[in-house]
Amino acid sequence: MSTVTASEAAYVVAALLFILSLAGLSQHRTSRSGVVWGIAGMVIALAATVGLASRSLTATGLVLIVLATAVGGGVGLWRARVVEMTGMPELIAIMHSLVGLAAALVGWNGYLDVDAELSGSLLGIHHAEVFIGVFIGAVTFTGSVVAYLKLSARINSRPLTLPGKHVLNVGALVAFVALTVAFVASPNMGLLIAVTVVALALGAHLVASIGGGDMPVVVSMLNSYSGWAAAASGFLLANNLLIVTGALVGSSGAYLSYIMCKAMNRSFISVIAGGFGTPAAAAEEGEQGEHREISAEDTAELLRDASSVIITPGYGMAVAQAQYPVAELARKLRERGVEVRFGIHPVAGRLPGHMNVLLAEANVPYDIVLEMDEINDDFAATSVVLVIGANDTVNPAATDNPSSPIAGMPVLHVWEAANVVVFKRSMAAGYAGVQNPLFFRDNSQMLFGDAKQRVEDILRALDSLDAPVPAMAGTSR
Amino acid sequence: MVPAEPEPQRIGVPAESTAGETRVAATPATVGRLVALGYDVVVEPGAGASSRFSDAAYEEAGARLGDPWAAEIVLKVNGPSGEEIARLRDGATLIALISPALNPELVEDLARRPITVLAMDAVPRISRAQSLDVLSSMANIAGYRAVVEAAHAFGRFFTGQVTAAGKVPPAKVLVAGAGVAGLAAIGAARSLGAVVRATDPRPEVAEQVRSLGGEFLTVTAEQEVSTDGYAKATSDDYNRLAAQLYAEQAADVDIIVTTALIPGRPAPRLITAEDVARMKPGSVIVDMAAAQGGNVEGTVAGKAVVTDNDVTIIGYTDLPGRLPAQASQLYGTNIVNLMKLLTPGKDGRLVLDFDDVVQRSMTVVRDGEKTWPPPPVQVSAAPAPAPAAAPEAAPAADTPAKPARPAWSSYALVGAGALALFLVTAFSPSELIGHFTVFVLAIVIGFYVIGNVHHALHTPLMSVTNAISGIVVVGALLQIGHGNTAVTVLSFAAILLASINIFGGFAVTRRMLGMFSKG
Repeated sequence: MSTVTASEAAYVVAALLFILSLAGLSQHRTSRSGVVWGIAGMVIALAATVGLASRSLTATGLVLIVLATAVGGGVGLWRARVVEMTGMPELIAIMHSLVGLAAALVGWNGYLDVDAELSGSLLGIHHAEVFIGVFIGAVTFTGSVVAYLKLSARINSRPLTLPGKHVLNVGALVAFVALTVAFVASPNMGLLIAVTVVALALGAHLVASIGGGDMPVVVSMLNSYSGWAAAASGFLLANNLLIVTGALVGSSGAYLSYIMCKAMNRSFISVIAGGFGTPAAAAEEGEQGEHREISAEDTAELLRDASSVIITPGYGMAVAQAQYPVAELARKLRERGVEVRFGIHPVAGRLPGHMNVLLAEANVPYDIVLEMDEINDDFAATSVVLVIGANDTVNPAATDNPSSPIAGMPVLHVWEAANVVVFKRSMAAGYAGVQNPLFFRDNSQMLFGDAKQRVEDILRALDSLDAPVPAMAGTSR
Repeated sequence: MVPAEPEPQRIGVPAESTAGETRVAATPATVGRLVALGYDVVVEPGAGASSRFSDAAYEEAGARLGDPWAAEIVLKVNGPSGEEIARLRDGATLIALISPALNPELVEDLARRPITVLAMDAVPRISRAQSLDVLSSMANIAGYRAVVEAAHAFGRFFTGQVTAAGKVPPAKVLVAGAGVAGLAAIGAARSLGAVVRATDPRPEVAEQVRSLGGEFLTVTAEQEVSTDGYAKATSDDYNRLAAQLYAEQAADVDIIVTTALIPGRPAPRLITAEDVARMKPGSVIVDMAAAQGGNVEGTVAGKAVVTDNDVTIIGYTDLPGRLPAQASQLYGTNIVNLMKLLTPGKDGRLVLDFDDVVQRSMTVVRDGEKTWPPPPVQVSAAPAPAPAAAPEAAPAADTPAKPARPAWSSYALVGAGALALFLVTAFSPSELIGHFTVFVLAIVIGFYVIGNVHHALHTPLMSVTNAISGIVVVGALLQIGHGNTAVTVLSFAAILLASINIFGGFAVTRRMLGMFSKG
């Protein structure tokens, strides 16, 4: 056993632990042990790498490693502790950008620090790998930065529509291929700088032209890219662990993107090629009738008399930070014997699974939080549906109106319930710019205002409804 | 914007004239919902008597007692007799079970009057129309009742028992056809404790059979995938193998329930006289397709007959009507759901929208004009076959099974991908091939590992992949401190960034998972 074989062996073990980690993360029961496997794999991999590197490491190098790890680890732990659950999408996006940047830097190093033994076709391949690694890393980096800025509302989340944007994207890819060929033929730093700039611009433009509501797809897509970037570094360094891990992350991100696209009934290409906000969707019919308003007190009464309630949250709940009062409402109603469940559309929020995390944060038991397919048949037998900050994901036009821009998108069939109460700030259209006929249905009523405020109003009203008749629990449902 | 309110239309609910019919088209509960839609409901005195609904109950629900035939809309269970057709007023709308495909004369008779007729049994099988699908709701009841009738005639336990006086084996039940009725029968027989087996030409229902505790017997022959949710006529090859299966099963089981129906055609013959002769004395067959000619040789529609070898063949055609109150309630609810669809304004005015496939498909006669059969509706419970296959499949319903096209095209796709992969790898230097192998296999593993991830865990999954993609730090660790200052600086930055991911990613995942709790 030499240092090299020992480290290779450690890499195999680490790769298996990473696979176990991802597998564990797919079920609640095993999710916590999944994280433990992941950490174990990481510790083994890092220990092996440091052991391998220590053969030729200077003292300065070791100090620098410890310093960088300490600073980076400290920052990471600190962010992980303070992040608000509503801010998870931003955190995830910025972490993608870090992987992308790190991969790009590793790629640059691969150019600056060429192994002297390489020659002939292997050298050419090495150069191509440098280019690919830098390119994917840089695209991931700026793409994620722009996604982060959009998610944190530092820039407008409307899709950017430059004239000829498809030509720009394709042009950037063609330029990448041309530059790669030139670089393999005669490597020089000018070309490497050029490809870095092209990739940075492509990443920024790609995500800038995608709208806010498509963010679940974008974030999982960037997740996938960050994996491919790591895999490219693996090819560059001839390191199997990096290749395996990168491929795992890359394919899992791609699979998540696929799930998200299916939930929006859109093809991956059409998401990448630009959002709904494009002029074609402007075929607005304006208001389609009259909506009715309801007060928080009346809603409380409706809920008190209900036998079953389904709450369908959307991004608006995250924006209003309403998850705590919503969870409290669910708890109160359950205490009264009302069957309360949550219906989650796969693309609700700005991150796959975002709503689940928010509700978990507010201590909603996960077994009453159901996915669209699990709950869609139950709406017809439901007394009251509370739509909190969701719009396009509950739009009946998606099933009824074949000419609607969102036709065919799977939606929560909230309108089949006896009563629907829609929490909304105003009558503005949703992200897709499509009017929602749900608001004008006879069984739906609008509760305007800040979602958090309104839910708290309902909680107060429920309490005051209780007050006059104490100790009567059980007599009325 | 609202025009002057016209008079609400009247809905008439007559007593059923067909002999032995116990159901009624509206119950007090559904009358209340019709009234809520804005209609004025008139019920014939005594209409609900055989379903145990009193006239008083109807009045309490908001109906009037009177002559239902004067109403603009008449709700019935069975198709009308000639006399009843004559009693309908001009311009009236009749909603009933018509079976237009089996009763062309009735459709002709109806079309002679200036009326509109909607057949409750012509609802297309699309998910939106499920709430109106009376065939499903009645079949459910009939399937349950079929088992109850069988148990009654069987005269032995269904469930197996071990008693001090000896062991009693459980009854064996074979259910032919796992549609709504078949599934209801499987469920009822299982809950009585019998061993249940089921057959169906559609392999996709096997899972449903198993979910109810039945054993699915497969006939291994090519069979078309149903595109409209109904069973299709079977191929010759299939029929031969199925006959063999039935012959074997007949000798073994105690009870057979047959439910095989093909819309608009006589029922297929599944059990021959020889099969019946092979059954044990005391066995029971319930032929739920008796009204359409029967699946069993020797069935007499509407009667229970006993064969020479003491096998009882039950051919009752009124199985749903033997649970009249619930059958009426479900039928009435189907009608209410239809009326909701037909009353978009909830103002007591019926509006027929021919652009809606559900309403179009159900309409047999419109203003005295025959509109049957409707254009075909292509809706699928199973994944749609390749679109190119649709047009040529149209004329002959009985074409033998053809090879599935999608499989062919996916072979081509996989083949092309494999070839591309082969070329790329074959032209790579050998050092790369090992890495390539690892890369490709890892992608496949990634897909399978993530394939069944729980939807609630998408976010923790992403943050954990964030953390492990920080593994790129390995690259920087190997590059740092080799003397070149620029390389060292860049590596330092890369290590720092990747560490943020590793530590932050794992920490935030743990934090999130800590919050998920079960109620």
